[in-house]
Amino acid sequence: MLDNELFIIIPLLSLLACTAVTVARMRDLWAAAMLTGIFSILGAGWMIVLDAPDVAFTEAAVGAGISTVLMLGTLALTSRKAKPPKRFPWTALIIVSITGSALIYGTHDLPDFGDPNAPIHLYPNPGYVALEIAKGEPHGHESHEDDAGGHATDSAHDEAHDSHHESVDSTDAEHETSHESAHHGNTPNVVTVVLASYRGFDTLGETSVIFTAGIAVLILLRRRSGQESAS
Amino acid sequence: MKAKFPILRVVAKLLIPYILLFALYVQFHGDYGPGGGFQAGVIFAAAFILYGLVFGLRSAERVARPHVVEAFMAIGVLVFGATGIITLLAGGNFLQYDVLDHHFAGGILPAGEHLGMFLIELGVGITVFSVMITIFFCFAGRERAE
Repeated sequence: MLDNELFIIIPLLSLLACTAVTVARMRDLWAAAMLTGIFSILGAGWMIVLDAPDVAFTEAAVGAGISTVLMLGTLALTSRKAKPPKRFPWTALIIVSITGSALIYGTHDLPDFGDPNAPIHLYPNPGYVALEIAKGEPHGHESHEDDAGGHATDSAHDEAHDSHHESVDSTDAEHETSHESAHHGNTPNVVTVVLASYRGFDTLGETSVIFTAGIAVLILLRRRSGQESAS
Repeated sequence: MKAKFPILRVVAKLLIPYILLFALYVQFHGDYGPGGGFQAGVIFAAAFILYGLVFGLRSAERVARPHVVEAFMAIGVLVFGATGIITLLAGGNFLQYDVLDHHFAGGILPAGEHLGMFLIELGVGITVFSVMITIFFCFAGRERAE
């Protein structure tokens, strides 16, 4: 990570920590809901620093926008103040400390930021992302999905060692079937490619989960016509 | 509500078209830049929720009829699933987009994998948008339990 990014990273993470502690100590639930929104906005900024604008989008729109509105809507139906705890919650503090230490201990096994040899870049199919990017180039060459998969597994071994993605591009040009023209090129946003193509079944499942959540909320909370006057 | 908060009402009126436009950009440009169906659906829903917050739930329900929105929840998933079925009928595997290749209007209409991703992102966007609106309507429409 660049050194001059530290001027953004350190204040951002400190603000995140301050917001988290404030939310945890706060008894006024309305202010706590607003602060969780601020926490999400700071998290979105942090995701931008980590070069993940897709995640930042989601965090800003869902975390800061929709969930804050839903929490305020819930608060309008219940109380605005949390009851002060009768005694200090030692059990919760111990569980949180153990979980936090385990998580921090776990980060030692994580690869460095931007490490090209990180497992996520090498497994399950190292050539896939490079091939998708190569296909997304406006004048790039195309190959069939199954051809790409087979070729990538062949080149998986040396790819894992030198991780020169351009080499895949050039070798792929020799293998490519070349009956498709350039305008059939894939999309350059590799996140979309992975979500929609590589993991299309997952995304279908996720969409169904969102649909199911909507149905569940409808079943639980829907106002029947005439119910207001009846109750 | 009518006469109160003139600044909020004016600012919301100014912002909502741009929020909608930005959501459409995120939806249809998600293949090239950051974004995609999920984010676009949430942003599109956020515009309606802002409208509902400022102008009242009844006005928002007049714009986005609850029973229409509820139908769109299913339509989004069906668009996604239908894309898979179409690829099956075209001779490929489920969600194998490259069988969607066609040669109409080359360079203008998306084709092949691009078309498949376009369709499923559209399905995701429709479902997310309608689910978010529905959840908001459900939460905001509850009366305080006495």
